[in-house]
Amino acid sequence: MKFSEQLEARYSDMLTHYPVKRSLLVPFLLYTQDEFGYVTDDAIEELSRRLEITALEIRNVISYYSMLRTKPGGRYNVQVCTNICCLLRGGEEMLAHARKTLDVAVNKGVTADGVFSVEEVECIGACSWAPAMQVNYDFHENLTPEKIDRILDEYRLKAAQQ
Amino acid sequence: MADVTLTVNGRTITAPKGMLLIEACKLNGIEIPAFCYYPGLSLQGACRMCLVEIEKMPKMQTACTTPIAEGMVVQTESEKVVQARKSTLELLLANHPLDCPVCDAGGECELQDMTFKYGAGESKFIDIKSHRDEQQWSPVVFYDRPRCILCYRCVRVCGEGMDVWALGIQNRGQGSVIAPNKGDALDCEECGMCIDICPVGALTSGAYRYKTRPWEMTHVGTVCNHCGDGCVTTAGVRRSDTGSEIVRCDNRDRSGMNDDFLCIKGRYAFDFAANPERVTTPLIKRAGKFVAATWSEAVELVAAKFQETLLDGGPKAIGVIGSNHTTNEENYLLQKFARTVLGTNNIDHHRTADFASFARAVATSKAKTASMSEVATAEAILLIGSDPTEEHPLLAWQIRNAVRLRNARLYVVNSAGIKLGRQAAQFVKVAAGSEGWLAAYLAGKDAGATLGVAAEALTKLREALAAENNLVVAFGPEVRGEAIDALVAYGAAKGAKFICLADYANSRGAADMGLYPDLLPGYRAVDSAGLALPQMLDAAASGSVKALWVVGANPAARYANGAAFSKPFLVVQDLFLTETARQADVFLPAAFAYEKAGTMTNTCGDLQRLKKASDVHGVKADFEIIIRIAEKMGAEIEKLVPFRGYTFADAGQSRGAQSGEADRNAVFTEARGLASRTSPLDPTITLDEISQLVPGYAISRMELAGGVPQRTELVQIEAAGIASHPELIVPAGNSLFTSGTLGRYSATLNSVAENHSKAIEPIGAD
Repeated sequence: MKFSEQLEARYSDMLTHYPVKRSLLVPFLLYTQDEFGYVTDDAIEELSRRLEITALEIRNVISYYSMLRTKPGGRYNVQVCTNICCLLRGGEEMLAHARKTLDVAVNKGVTADGVFSVEEVECIGACSWAPAMQVNYDFHENLTPEKIDRILDEYRLKAAQQ
Repeated sequence: MADVTLTVNGRTITAPKGMLLIEACKLNGIEIPAFCYYPGLSLQGACRMCLVEIEKMPKMQTACTTPIAEGMVVQTESEKVVQARKSTLELLLANHPLDCPVCDAGGECELQDMTFKYGAGESKFIDIKSHRDEQQWSPVVFYDRPRCILCYRCVRVCGEGMDVWALGIQNRGQGSVIAPNKGDALDCEECGMCIDICPVGALTSGAYRYKTRPWEMTHVGTVCNHCGDGCVTTAGVRRSDTGSEIVRCDNRDRSGMNDDFLCIKGRYAFDFAANPERVTTPLIKRAGKFVAATWSEAVELVAAKFQETLLDGGPKAIGVIGSNHTTNEENYLLQKFARTVLGTNNIDHHRTADFASFARAVATSKAKTASMSEVATAEAILLIGSDPTEEHPLLAWQIRNAVRLRNARLYVVNSAGIKLGRQAAQFVKVAAGSEGWLAAYLAGKDAGATLGVAAEALTKLREALAAENNLVVAFGPEVRGEAIDALVAYGAAKGAKFICLADYANSRGAADMGLYPDLLPGYRAVDSAGLALPQMLDAAASGSVKALWVVGANPAARYANGAAFSKPFLVVQDLFLTETARQADVFLPAAFAYEKAGTMTNTCGDLQRLKKASDVHGVKADFEIIIRIAEKMGAEIEKLVPFRGYTFADAGQSRGAQSGEADRNAVFTEARGLASRTSPLDPTITLDEISQLVPGYAISRMELAGGVPQRTELVQIEAAGIASHPELIVPAGNSLFTSGTLGRYSATLNSVAENHSKAIEPIGAD
């Protein structure tokens, strides 16, 4: 399996950051996920070879972190926070609304057109502007159902233009 | 190390500095319960069962991670501690089914014991317990998540202990599960260590689960019947229709030198005993077909034929092939019978290691051999040839432990990249077939070119080994003949100890007991050597050997010329109709190692006691069969087995008020060699003879009876005259999942082997 030039460069650079190779596993899994949309089986095998740890161990780590996925998500991964501050200000309702609007029943489920996936996440550090959600790496705060509809429309448009 | 004094529960105790509190308490008879803590594995601190109060520490501490300190004041049974244990149990039981009566581990479950003791059976939780379906990971490993308490013992023993790393933990918190390495299946060495080490019923054995209860079995610790390492395996035995059957083998009692280790064969490969193909009646071939016969008929026929052959062709017309699986007593008796009653030296066995050359080398250089236990405590180990992970699983375990727990240095010289290379300080890959030259090189000769290795690697190895003092050298069948002399001479000069690796359970015993055409028990050369195994078979094919007696061996599997078996009068003692047995004129159904008593010597020379575990109606131990044939031939049995025909025992003590004394009396008399000698079928009489007559076998009967492996040494009366026959060594080439002919009849070994030849599709976890 081949990494992109950019990912390869990042790998070489990160190797110098840590005293032992295995330490770069968690951050690098995130970069791998950004490149392929999810952590593919091939990527797991490749990292297992490079970092000299078993594929099983990599899967153990992936399964621990909710932000890592081993199945494809939508192009835009809608991550709605339901942790304490968001919860108090309607996080659960926001999640339910996003799920209903996009017709995604299960957690981490993907829309039929593959544009969106919806995920319930723990604190994303936007407590001051709760309820909040994160779409890929963009934050959207002080949500209301109407605001969510607007945001999703923007992304839908973006997807159609590409 | 200096001792530390501390106070536990008001009692002053001392223990070596640096020891963990839980171990120090154990040493002094104070029990601290724990699930995740396991001696010899890394510390986990996961289960919180071992919390204790320590003065001046703000919170309770885990005794399994706290090293003892001078003046420490500890409470292990205070109200607070007991309450903490109860709460921990309550949490562990939150999702644990409370159905002990149907759980496979019921009756031998640590969680059950603890719950019983601390009384957390009633829960404050009202939520429905989360359930997951049970999974089968391999033919022998099942996983039931709800019963799992996430102690990580299985994960650690598989990774750290076995160096397999096939188990991991996936997900988080309440949702955590133990995960196998192939999604929903295991690709591993199938040792079953994870099952034994599991404190609850989460991991269960496909071979044993739901068959019986631990209290319904008798537990008999005996010696494993497979490779040459000599693990003690404890057979769980219960009554069956045909006698008594083994339901499982494990080593939960840690009674052998293998401590907590067993491989797949020791754990599961007892099942051939109940294989439907097993023959349990003597068979006589009439008009080309086997017909069932009584023991008397069969034995009389054999005796008559042997006598007839002796009269017609003399002793040279009879050949005897012994076994690597029979006991020392049987081997000794067989060669004694061959040499005294039949009068022939035509006796041999399937040689898988050159013990004769080893005996010569050790005796002439006064070198020492190493026991299996010494491997784990060696400072350095040199392994030449062999692949212990496959062929000597216990040796591999000992080596890994030496490296992992004691920082021993391992030097591996092999023609293949074996798994133990991972533990090696230096791994030198030599050309296949050149292993024997290594000793010459190490001793200073210039053999580098022959070994096919870069000079730097060899120089580095030689220099490193030169600096080692407490060295154990283990070598496989690649090193034979004069190469053994050279290796032993090199090592003896620096006080090294040696292990010669052979393939079967009693290969060493067969060699020590003189199943050789040219060597008596204890490797003493005979005046006129008989025929070695291939010559014997050649002679049988050509017609000069007219009767062939094969005891627990399958030479037809390796020897192509069928005439060698069809032409002579062939007597076979075995469990199954093997390639050899099918051609027999008389087949005598034999008991196997777990069905008889006696001793076996492992490849290192450790002598251990076999105890009779199970019983199958109809079969007889080889010892008895030999005696019966001898009797029918009119031999003087008292000379073969010097039984006395009278008793020392006080029979009166077996009844009445003093009945409890009878056992103690029996143990004492047995241990002192004073037990009654009323039967010629008692192999301990032969053991006495062996320990008196065979050099190096003067062992302590008292200790042997107590389960302590006895060291035998290759002491020589005279080393001269031991000829080298390296060409006669045929390694068995067993893998982890095969065990010679016997292994082919083990359903479990076969199912696992099949499982491994299939490609298992990995399933992504999410």
